[in-house]
Amino acid sequence: MTSRTAGEPLVRLSGVEKWFGQLHVLQDIDLTIDRGEVVVVIGPSGSGKSTLCRTINRLEPIDSGEIAIDGQRLPEEGKDLARLRADVGMVFQSFNLFAHKTVLENVTLGPVKVRRQPKADAERRARELLDRVGVGSQADKYPAQLSGGQQQRVAIARALAMDPKVMLFDEPTSALDPEMINEVLDVMTSLARDGMTMVVVTHEMGFARRAANRVVFMDGGRIVESADPETFFTNPQSDRAKDFLSKILNH
Amino acid sequence: MQFLSDNSDLLWSAFLTTLSLAVASGVCALVLGTVLVGMRVSPVPPLRGLATFYVEVFRNTPLTVVFFFLFFGLVYVDLQFPSRFVTAVAALSLYTAAFVCEALRSGINAVPPGQAEAARALGLDFGQALRTIVLPQAFRTVVPPLGNVWIALAKNTSIAAGFAVTDLTAALQRLANVNADQLLAVFAAVVLGYLAITLPSAWLIRMIETRVAILR
Repeated sequence: MTSRTAGEPLVRLSGVEKWFGQLHVLQDIDLTIDRGEVVVVIGPSGSGKSTLCRTINRLEPIDSGEIAIDGQRLPEEGKDLARLRADVGMVFQSFNLFAHKTVLENVTLGPVKVRRQPKADAERRARELLDRVGVGSQADKYPAQLSGGQQQRVAIARALAMDPKVMLFDEPTSALDPEMINEVLDVMTSLARDGMTMVVVTHEMGFARRAANRVVFMDGGRIVESADPETFFTNPQSDRAKDFLSKILNH
Repeated sequence: MQFLSDNSDLLWSAFLTTLSLAVASGVCALVLGTVLVGMRVSPVPPLRGLATFYVEVFRNTPLTVVFFFLFFGLVYVDLQFPSRFVTAVAALSLYTAAFVCEALRSGINAVPPGQAEAARALGLDFGQALRTIVLPQAFRTVVPPLGNVWIALAKNTSIAAGFAVTDLTAALQRLANVNADQLLAVFAAVVLGYLAITLPSAWLIRMIETRVAILR
């Protein structure tokens, strides 16, 4: 964790454009995220918010523009990209735990294969992290034996095991039963309190109010509004954001 | 039965030849097929093209033609295998690898794309993600189709008989020629020899299948 330039934002997207065939999914995106900042990205379906999240570690390549993490431009492919991805934790909507590995192996895999940590060290640390997210007793089970909420917390532990500079959450609670959403959000809230830099794509407005430093509202592939949560939720500037909020906050 | 025990040496060595043809070719085909599928799903277009070309050539060429080429065609480019047995193993391996590759590819396609994405997001490179996450899961779903490939291979070894390798089918020809009155016994012995290879394989495949099944 070496900071290259003091004051330099941890994540910087400038002039990012992306097309899916004819569909212009990201249009001229400029976004900077500071160290320790928690940015929540909201917006209607198809607004490009998940795509935006996935471009930050280049799971989605971009067509033009530039993305830099910790002052380092995202490499195109190969080993350099892999190295950079190791510093960016990612939590997916569908958990994506490795189905043929136990919970513990899921968490130790990155540190052992990528960071070349000794297995014993990686396991000790993995058990700490699993305890921290409240699934320590499930370490020897396989993912399919866990509930959705437990799986997602394991996925968070798996990402944390790499000591990432920034964590990306791509709709982490959208595939969960309602009663399991809070156990995941609680873990995320405590991460935010501990100063983790986070980009969170979500529909959980409660989490946005509680944990975000900034809310970014997207529509039609553009960033329409960007403000602190209090300002955004009480006094949205754009009509599109007002319309969106009136639909989701009334019930 | 007297006649079978008189020829037990020939039958036994023919059985061993068939078995070793199948096992040696099976191992080579599995290794080559795995390399090929790695190329076929890789992000490097020339590798993909090469593997696709290989698969289409060998999958669509009759095995007998492959044998012909290796036995009689290669001398024109000054290449020669050390023995007829090795030549037969080479022909069977090259041919079967194409089928192994396609069976494995179907398995890779069956692994949810999120698995490879999660691996890449952790910082694993393409090869690591393939080896540690995708292929182990792909192998498990392809046990039944790979089993089919293996059984087909065990029977395809009989083509070697046409190229002076003394396997079970060659033994059948030889014994049938001189013992026309014992034809049924000869057939029975040879078929039993093949069944001794393929039936236990089928049981083993079923056992492996239940053993490695993964929960989803």
